[in-house]
Amino acid sequence: MKVNKWFILLAALSLVLFMSGCGKSSGTAGGEQSVLDGGAGDNATELSYWTFVELHGKHFEKMLGKWNAANPDRQIKLNVTVMPYDDMHNKLSIALQTGTGAPDIADIELGKFPDFLKGTPQLEPLNDVIDPYRDTLVKSRVDLYSKDGVNYGIPTHVGASVAFYNTEILQEAGVDYTQIITWDDFKKAGIQVYEKTGKSMGTADTSATWQESMLLAQQGADFTDEQGNPKVNSPEMAKALTILKDLQDNNVIATIAGGQPDTEEAYGEFNSGKYATAFMPLWMMSRYTNYMSDLSGKIAIAPIPVIEPGMPRSVGGGGTGTVVTKTAKDIQLAKDFLAFAKLSEDANIEIWNTLGFDPVNMNVWSMQDVTHNPDNEFVKYFINNPFDVLNEIKDEIKLIKSVPASPTINNVLNTVTLNEIFEDGKDIQQALDDAQKQIEQELK
Amino acid sequence: MIKRFLYSQKVAPYVFVLPFVLVFAIFWVYPLLSSFQMSFQQITLGQDSSFVGLDNYSKLLTDTVFLKAVVNSAVYMVLTLVILIPFPMLFAVLINNRLMWGREFFKSSFFFPALTSVVVAGTIFRLMFGEMEGSLINSVLGLFGLEPVKFLKGQTTGFIALLSLATWRWTGVNMLYFLSGLKSIPDDYYEAASIDGASSFQKFTRITMPLLKPVTIYVLTISIYAGLAMFIESMMLWNGNNSPKNIGLTIVGYLYRQGIEKNNLGYAAAVGIVLLLITMIINLTQLAFTGLFKKED
Repeated sequence: MKVNKWFILLAALSLVLFMSGCGKSSGTAGGEQSVLDGGAGDNATELSYWTFVELHGKHFEKMLGKWNAANPDRQIKLNVTVMPYDDMHNKLSIALQTGTGAPDIADIELGKFPDFLKGTPQLEPLNDVIDPYRDTLVKSRVDLYSKDGVNYGIPTHVGASVAFYNTEILQEAGVDYTQIITWDDFKKAGIQVYEKTGKSMGTADTSATWQESMLLAQQGADFTDEQGNPKVNSPEMAKALTILKDLQDNNVIATIAGGQPDTEEAYGEFNSGKYATAFMPLWMMSRYTNYMSDLSGKIAIAPIPVIEPGMPRSVGGGGTGTVVTKTAKDIQLAKDFLAFAKLSEDANIEIWNTLGFDPVNMNVWSMQDVTHNPDNEFVKYFINNPFDVLNEIKDEIKLIKSVPASPTINNVLNTVTLNEIFEDGKDIQQALDDAQKQIEQELK
Repeated sequence: MIKRFLYSQKVAPYVFVLPFVLVFAIFWVYPLLSSFQMSFQQITLGQDSSFVGLDNYSKLLTDTVFLKAVVNSAVYMVLTLVILIPFPMLFAVLINNRLMWGREFFKSSFFFPALTSVVVAGTIFRLMFGEMEGSLINSVLGLFGLEPVKFLKGQTTGFIALLSLATWRWTGVNMLYFLSGLKSIPDDYYEAASIDGASSFQKFTRITMPLLKPVTIYVLTISIYAGLAMFIESMMLWNGNNSPKNIGLTIVGYLYRQGIEKNNLGYAAAVGIVLLLITMIINLTQLAFTGLFKKED
């Protein structure tokens, strides 16, 4: 009988232990973790930071050392967790929704940002820490991460879109990229490249809308109307896609593995010299230096072609807003540090040095010693200096709005519509009308 | 008092069953009831939820993407049944045959894929079926002078990749079920049949297949459920939940897209309830049809 008693006790104990285990959170978010102390002392506050770009952590590491040196009584240790793009946004969304487990600071990508602004945002307003720097920043980039005049995110870069030309291929075909002003010029050059080398001049993107954004911005249009309602079957959009489809039909551009230039498969295709051009925001530079080392010394940066001369030659593309969550341990500290790490002039210089992004403080754009530093890896990699191009187009950088409908618009265009047009050859207007219908249905 | 309580023959069984009942109630019944309730609500991030009646369900009825997901899941389920029941059964019979050499080797090598993480397997299959000339399948096609195929961009070719993954992964598991079923068939039956002059084919159709029926029904039931609930395979093969033209979108994938990616938890709950209904209806019909609910003689 004694055994039975012990057995019952054990069973009861294990049940209690099991049940008590249910309420505990595991405390880790998965992904790659590292604690940056930046020379902080024992009294430092530990803040957690989630991101989906490993490089962003590097930038924060630099700025953390500077912050801790300048603020001995408000030192910080930063616990950085890097997770894949979808994973991080999904986890953050659940953590904010349930009110537990969210980090103090997080990166939210532009395409996902509107989802986090629904209802009452579970993010801290950042106006007070942005205000001191506001005059030096590109207004449109700050406004991207706002709702009703309240700023919830701090931008990282302008993301001016440019053309990246592989000059080796162009020389082989006898094409001078500096003479490409309009899409017609691009088409002529592309036909020549295809005839001489059998290679594609550019890509027909099926899983991203960078190219459509560029062509819409040139026509002063957007994916949405003034009220933020979807408008993807507009004449401007049809014109944009007709231009691109015509390029594809003439073998100037071709679909690429991965669906767009910013994917692993596409890096490989570019690196082996199968495509001569990528039209992308400036941050694509870091992908060249990191993943396409074979092309070092061969890539030139230039303004993107326009439909007619005189049209704006760039549009801000992509972006990351860094936020402070409502559940942050020390909200004021997190906000002050964030402003210091991303908005100060020093921070903007480091954003260029470490990340190769075009900083939102445009004063940096004209600092010759910073932008033309011969030791900078980006200056070394490209044939011409990125800032020579940026300064040439700096008054022409348009904006595509990010509104609550944007995630749905992107999803429909990038999974269905662009594939139908470039892979199946579906009628453009028909594909766009279907997309409009689908988007409206999903937003109902 | 406590002693009497614990030693009571009436109470003790309940105490021992309690852990299971609790787990069942907390992790199954409660979430189910709660998602049923959620399916009638509009839930937004950080907001109070509000009841919207049947709105979520009426929206589902006209949702073409959801319809696409249902069709994809159904087609996938049917095709996995067509592949993953007859072939494993055949392999099990072959391996069970005493004349077969290397039985243990085949058994373990067929089972091995089931031990591999679906995340790893899915990633490898994605690379194998990549659209570049150098990816495995395309380079094999190249040997025969065929042009590279964009496998993961077409409906049919995408499903070929998806089904290859399922076949590679689950053949061994189903084969083991059938093998265990075969072990329970007495040799006497086959001996008697041999004496009566039955051919191998006759023995297979008249003895093996009927006696394997309970195992077959079991495999059928779990395969229907697994087919309809498939998600990770598709997610890994297309490197995310968004496949071109939604060719790989499944019902669970759509639930994930709505609930987690788009923060529309009420709508996602409705998707989940519909999935539960579809699975229940198909499985109960199938079980009734195969005679599982009939009284045993």
